[in-house]
Amino acid sequence: MLLQNSWLVVLTEDWQNGGFGLYVHWPFCQSKCPYCDFNSHVAAEVDESRWVRAYLSEIERYGKQTQGRTLDSIFFGGGTPSLMAPETVDAILTKARETWNISNNIEISLEANPTSIEAGRFKGYRDAGVNRVSMGAQALNDADLKRLGRLHTAKEATQAFDIAKKNFDRVSFDLIYARQHQTADDWRKELSTALDLALDHLSLYQLTIEAGTAFGDRYDHGKLAGLPPDDTAADMYDITQEICEAAGLPAYEISNHARPGAESRHNLIYWQYGDYVGVGPGAHGRITVNGTKQATETYLMPNKWLTEVEENQTGESLRNFVPMVDQATEYLMMGLRLSSGINLDRYEKLNGAPIPSLKLTQMCDDGFLIRQGQNLLPTQSGRVLLNAVLRELLV
Amino acid sequence: MTDLDKIRNFSIVAHIDHGKSTLADRLIQETGTVKDRDMQAQLLDTMDIERERGITIKANTVRIDYAADDGQDYVLNLIDTPGHVDFAYEVSRSMRAVEGSLLVVDSSQGVEAQTLANVYHAMEADHEIVPILNKIDLPASDCDRVAEQIEDVIGIDASGAIQVSAKTGQGIRETLEAIVKELPAPVGDENAPLKAMLVDSWYDAYLGVIVLIRVINGRLKKGERIRMMSTDAVYPVDRVGVFRPQMEMIDSIGPGEIGFLTASIKQVRDTRVGDTITHEKKGCTEPLDGFKPAQPVVFCGLFPVDSAEFEDLRDAIEKLSLNDASFSSEMETSAALGFGFRCGFLGLLHLEVIRDRLEREYDIELITTAPSVIYHIHMKDGTMQELHNPADMPDLTMVDHLEEPRIKATILVPDEYLGDVLKLCQERRGIQEDLTYAGTRAMVVYDLPLNEVVFDFYDRLKSVTKGYASFDYTLTGYREDFLVKMSILVNDEPVDALSTMVHRDRAEMRGRAMVEKLKDLIPRHMFKIPIQAAIGGKVIARETLSAMRKDVTAKCYGGDASRKKKLLEKQKKGKKKMRQFGRVDIPQEAFISALKMDD
Ligand SMILES: Nc1nc2c(ncn2[C@@H]2O[C@H](COP(=O)(O)OP(=O)(O)OP(=O)(O)O)[C@@H](O)[C@H]2O)c(=O)[nH]1
Ligand SMILES: C[S@@+](CC[C@H](N)C(=O)[O-])C[C@H]1O[C@@H](n2cnc3c(N)ncnc32)[C@H](O)[C@@H]1O
Ligand code: SF4
Ligand SMILES: [Mg+2]
Repeated sequence: MLLQNSWLVVLTEDWQNGGFGLYVHWPFCQSKCPYCDFNSHVAAEVDESRWVRAYLSEIERYGKQTQGRTLDSIFFGGGTPSLMAPETVDAILTKARETWNISNNIEISLEANPTSIEAGRFKGYRDAGVNRVSMGAQALNDADLKRLGRLHTAKEATQAFDIAKKNFDRVSFDLIYARQHQTADDWRKELSTALDLALDHLSLYQLTIEAGTAFGDRYDHGKLAGLPPDDTAADMYDITQEICEAAGLPAYEISNHARPGAESRHNLIYWQYGDYVGVGPGAHGRITVNGTKQATETYLMPNKWLTEVEENQTGESLRNFVPMVDQATEYLMMGLRLSSGINLDRYEKLNGAPIPSLKLTQMCDDGFLIRQGQNLLPTQSGRVLLNAVLRELLV
Repeated sequence: MTDLDKIRNFSIVAHIDHGKSTLADRLIQETGTVKDRDMQAQLLDTMDIERERGITIKANTVRIDYAADDGQDYVLNLIDTPGHVDFAYEVSRSMRAVEGSLLVVDSSQGVEAQTLANVYHAMEADHEIVPILNKIDLPASDCDRVAEQIEDVIGIDASGAIQVSAKTGQGIRETLEAIVKELPAPVGDENAPLKAMLVDSWYDAYLGVIVLIRVINGRLKKGERIRMMSTDAVYPVDRVGVFRPQMEMIDSIGPGEIGFLTASIKQVRDTRVGDTITHEKKGCTEPLDGFKPAQPVVFCGLFPVDSAEFEDLRDAIEKLSLNDASFSSEMETSAALGFGFRCGFLGLLHLEVIRDRLEREYDIELITTAPSVIYHIHMKDGTMQELHNPADMPDLTMVDHLEEPRIKATILVPDEYLGDVLKLCQERRGIQEDLTYAGTRAMVVYDLPLNEVVFDFYDRLKSVTKGYASFDYTLTGYREDFLVKMSILVNDEPVDALSTMVHRDRAEMRGRAMVEKLKDLIPRHMFKIPIQAAIGGKVIARETLSAMRKDVTAKCYGGDASRKKKLLEKQKKGKKKMRQFGRVDIPQEAFISALKMDD
């Protein structure tokens, strides 16, 4: 779709290759999961009316900097956005519609925890305009859910999933694997069950032990027993690729699987390095203003962000100009997560120089990357070693 | 001006950690040389590295005034010495400047290898020895047993040994009295031509070269011109002073006294330790005996991790060698590591100290290559070459035979660990020369190849004896043996910095140990890496480091691309601590760690 004022902007700005999205961060959860290092907090009470005003004010501020744009996606992430009242979601979506043009096939996703309380709000979200839900199932047996500190049972999760399916055409769920005491065989079985349940999208994350989380502390003290050794974890990754591919949900990104065409539009904006506005505590954004790419960050702590927005009309804690070469690096780092990879012309245009051909040839010869015309794709072995591939290409 | 009979000069010697520096503290404090509020533990250990490691590296001199029980005022010059075997040279030359020694023995430990070594040095220097039983405050202290041991093992009378706690101050007064009563006063002639011993010299940023001297005859005054007898170089003396322990300028120093001079000497190299200093005119004619200079025995390559820092390394090495004549260096090029220096040290602790200082004081990350001793290569044409670096091994067809340095090692160990010690020495190609007992402790003397000892022998000895053995050695000479150069190939490329000389019979074992170690030390790469040990063209050990299987960030935090960039920055830094060989990154510490044997 052509932009209204397109004659004003340089005809093709780089972000247009990736699209334009809005990310809304809701930072609260009912309890803190021991593995989680997302910006999530447990609060006794949240005055939602203040929060609504703050979100709207932030959207308005960013709207002025991105006038005339068309939104391809809106994503409510967290924390646990399914704790928001449907009215809050509705107010935010209404404001977004007033602020930007809306693509005909806009994707509006919301992350939900699979408990019964939350399932009750699904209809409200649908009425507000949400058309896709991503549920944090994490595991499909109660013992493991308990170890992961989850508040729901496996049964509750499937029930919530059923309710979600009644309300939305597009429902995905997340699983965490390579958990404590999990064998490759356990995972194979669990994944098969998951694929039987799944519609057309799954996010499958290997458990990462993050510093500063309860799991991180226990790990440092040698008290996190039964984690699969690296080689087993690598096997599990391979199994995941194999089973999902056979089921018709190949990986389109390191940890995301979908039936072709059912990929999350929002995720693709990040990985194809488009522009996105980030509102809410700790949200990141990349927006091209007057032809230059800006990186934005907001205050991490919920109350700090809220009062900053109320008192100073901005929740932004940082705004950096992103030089072209850094954009190139970010594009490469994000883009190679995708099975479809990156476009070398686009990279070269940003970087001012191509990837050194010696390095490229080496990585292709070693079977980590494939070159198809001007596209550069990671192979499966390239994807499991992506950090190493990036080191080779960038360091 | 002090009468000779009111002067006492002595060194404090002991096995490492038996409390020399702490005893020096108490003597300094008891005599009021330093005010209580300026006092700190091991006051004389001023270098960062000494304070950090809690050991003495440089000998230190202090002049203290003592009002004795006989109502007379005495001047005492004490020299605190290092205990570690690498710095034995500091001890023996310090002893040449004084007439007596306080032999400190930790009464909870007993006689150890350096206790013995120091006694021999003291006897060679004709010293009067006062035994001190230290650490009597400790519950494990057993003075009777240790006194008996001193008599049995060392053969000196310990009936008058003074019981001291350098920690609590008990016995300090008695120690001071014994110094005055039992140690001889120096002899010398004030009216004879100036004859002074150059004991030590070092560089001071403000004052230039400082020369520590012991005056034998005559008197040296500020402003006079002196002559170094070995070089005939003449200098005008700017300053004369003593250490209390900070520098205090005085007008002159006379016979029997220890002090320092400065004389616009540019470099420490212009002074020769052991040299005789006299007046330019009407000087003495007979120089003192002098001492043998300290010879480096262990050599290794030092290379900057970042090759751009080579010039910085050159400057830093130059500055450090200004102050340390026992540290030698010459430029070296390595196929794998580029430009660096081949450096010589007194031992492994000395090596570590220098490397630490280069890294910390000059902020240069270093790769240290396998330490080596000096081999003698006898060529077929009858000439002899010294080999400091295995990489320089000449073509074997031209070599007749090789010789390696041997040492005489003395080890004291409780009976129950004797078996392990003998086994260790045997493994290291040792030949037993003596085995005697003193109570429940055995004293073994071994003839060992230095190259088997230099590297990790002491660590291994400590671990097999749970720290209860002590060890001392002296070089004895060279002997022929079947030595070969072992190369290491990583990903099929030879890494010259990992080449070592080994005995042919030990090559397989060492080779296997090294490739196994390297397999753990080198991080996994994206491809598998063969690691091999070879002699000539023949592979004698091989391991394969398998390829890494997973290195990816599973979840992506929304649009937080900067988090990934930070990760990449961190990895860049990690890579700076590695050196690239072909396509393989080898961490800097691997070059040393690969040689350590654990079993
Ligand atoms: N309990 C007790 N500890 C002591 C005594 N004398 C020294 N120490 C401790 O023993 C350790 C070694 O003391 P130092 O004075 O540094 O020993 P040193 O002989 O100078 O050591 P090197 O210079 O490294 O050879 C230190 O921890 C001292 O505090 C003592 O009389 N009693
Ligand atoms: C923002 S969180 C989920 C939102 C939602 N509150 C939930 O818990 O269902 C997004 C997903 O990241 C995954 N995740 C979080 N921490 C993780 C970790 N340490 N290792 C692997 N996956 C993790 C979980 O699968 C989670 O569903
Ligand atoms: S995993 Fe989800 S529910 Fe758990 S703390 Fe993180 S954001 Fe909250
Ligand atoms: Mg000391």
